Amino acid sequence: MASVTLQGVLKSYADVEVIHDVNLEIEDGEFVVFVGPSGCGKSTLLRMIAGLEDISGGEISIGETVVNEVAPSKRGVAMVFQTYALYPHMTVYKNMAFGLKQAKLPAPEIDKRVRGAAEALHITDYLDRTPKALSGGQRQRVAIGRAIVREPEVFLFDEPLSNLDAALRVNTRLEIARLHQRLGATMVYVTHDQVEAMTLADKIVVLRDGRIEQVGSPIDLYENPQNTFVAQFIGSPKMNFMTAKTLAGDVAGSLGISAKADDTIGIRPEHFRTTTAAKALVSATLELVENLGEYALVHLLTEAGDEIIVKMDTPPQQAAGEMIHLTTDKASLHQFDGKTGKSLA
Amino acid sequence: MNQKTIFARFIRPSLAWAVAILFFFPIFWMVFTSFKTDADAVKPEFLFLFTPTIENYVNMTENYDYWRFAVNSVITSVFATLLTLVVGVPAAYAMAFDPSRHTKDILVWMLSTKMLPAAAVLYPMTFLTKNFLGIFDTHFLIIVVLSLINLPIVIWMLFTYFKEVPKEIIEAGKMDGVSTWGEIKDIVLPLAWGGLASTALLCFIFCWNEAYWTVRLTTTDAATLSKLIEGNRAPEGLFFGRLSAVSTAAVGPIVVLGWFCQKQLVRGLTFGAVK
Repeated sequence: MASVTLQGVLKSYADVEVIHDVNLEIEDGEFVVFVGPSGCGKSTLLRMIAGLEDISGGEISIGETVVNEVAPSKRGVAMVFQTYALYPHMTVYKNMAFGLKQAKLPAPEIDKRVRGAAEALHITDYLDRTPKALSGGQRQRVAIGRAIVREPEVFLFDEPLSNLDAALRVNTRLEIARLHQRLGATMVYVTHDQVEAMTLADKIVVLRDGRIEQVGSPIDLYENPQNTFVAQFIGSPKMNFMTAKTLAGDVAGSLGISAKADDTIGIRPEHFRTTTAAKALVSATLELVENLGEYALVHLLTEAGDEIIVKMDTPPQQAAGEMIHLTTDKASLHQFDGKTGKSLA
Repeated sequence: MNQKTIFARFIRPSLAWAVAILFFFPIFWMVFTSFKTDADAVKPEFLFLFTPTIENYVNMTENYDYWRFAVNSVITSVFATLLTLVVGVPAAYAMAFDPSRHTKDILVWMLSTKMLPAAAVLYPMTFLTKNFLGIFDTHFLIIVVLSLINLPIVIWMLFTYFKEVPKEIIEAGKMDGVSTWGEIKDIVLPLAWGGLASTALLCFIFCWNEAYWTVRLTTTDAATLSKLIEGNRAPEGLFFGRLSAVSTAAVGPIVVLGWFCQKQLVRGLTFGAVK
């Protein structure tokens, strides 16, 4: 087991810097998720930890060792790739045993580890098959098995679920969560899917353009986003933004909200309540209702032209074009600087 | 019946046949002629109607030492192909998986060596190998020359095939701690097996067919089938029957080889590796 420390980590290709001064502490046994839009550098960062990308500046340590110049296989890490990256010409057994053979482990030990991992992942029946005879989900389990048998101190997952269909994705997500519980190993997981991030992570690292925007527990990021980017990235549907002048001044006052006119106000779809016209913090025209049975997503347009989505338990009585009056609690309302997007909380 | 079906049913097959016959005719003519006497061979009225004879083939093996030339061709082509692969595989591997900024330039430069007219270096090659190195008319010389001629094209082909090996699989190998040699042996070559086989076959064919240098850098000891054909060009007259028999016997093995390897060459192994 080991912690992972990133200090002032930089990555540049030729003259272009893509990772800027990243500092991060990943504790022993922690499940950390790197999340962000595509091109934010999350995969690059993971590959730098793995040793598949050179580190242009700064230091990466695993445990007590600085690993900048250490070969990937000597870092005590194992990686699960998005495309599985199984050896197509080898059977499942050989795929899992390959790394152990390279490490010159005795054959009985290899056999024990491979069979143990296969059992845990329910792939014992497929050990003699080649990857092409397996389904996507089975291939991904083999890829995970290949990582497990090496008994690494740190598991690295690079978008492991994005090639799976929706149902399988949920199952495999659970399996990864169970794996973490069972092994207690440090895991670093890259995804662009905030649901995966929220459900799996002990700690989420939100990245944008090669910089860390915020680090925190899922609930911390949900409740206290430090800027509009994080606020919109975490939570689904994403947080609604409107300018402060859209709010009814007297109602805001009575709720104890004080905001400058050009501040950005953020309210999550699930935090709105309907109310009467007199008590409305925001009033907006009903445009469209998406009824999902369990809840309804109500799309509204404010007078200022901001689009708002409200999550309601039951669809509203009003018809399209009619006004809906909404309010919220002070605690559920986020205030951001109108120019910088930084949280004013 | 509309126009498209007329085209598809009659015109297109006719065109295909016309092209096929056009290309095949010289070979057909050569094989036919090889079964004629030299006298019959030059008479146009005997194009199809003649009394077949294997005299030319008997003559070729008994008097012209066909087998010695054939053995030389096999030796030089096999070893030249092996040497080319031994040098080409690591070169293509390095360029495909660890390219530098200059890799593209090197590839183009290598190909540019094919632009050098062979005749331009004929004299230095003959002089140096004969008088200076003393390796004129040896298997060694022919093997080296054939390798050098084919190296650019072989590296290009291997480079393209290696490029098709998914990068993640190579990276998975690195994570598993495989050595560079292990990576080539256990991952790249098994995955690019089809490509490697077709490259080797093509290289072998080029070596077998090479005529410029094999004719000029040999006299007897290392002379290949190309030299045998050249030798039967008959300055004193037109022995078409004999020449055709020699030619048929020279291209025969390679045609048969190509025919048998056809299926293996098309097979790819990468399916299932990456979704």
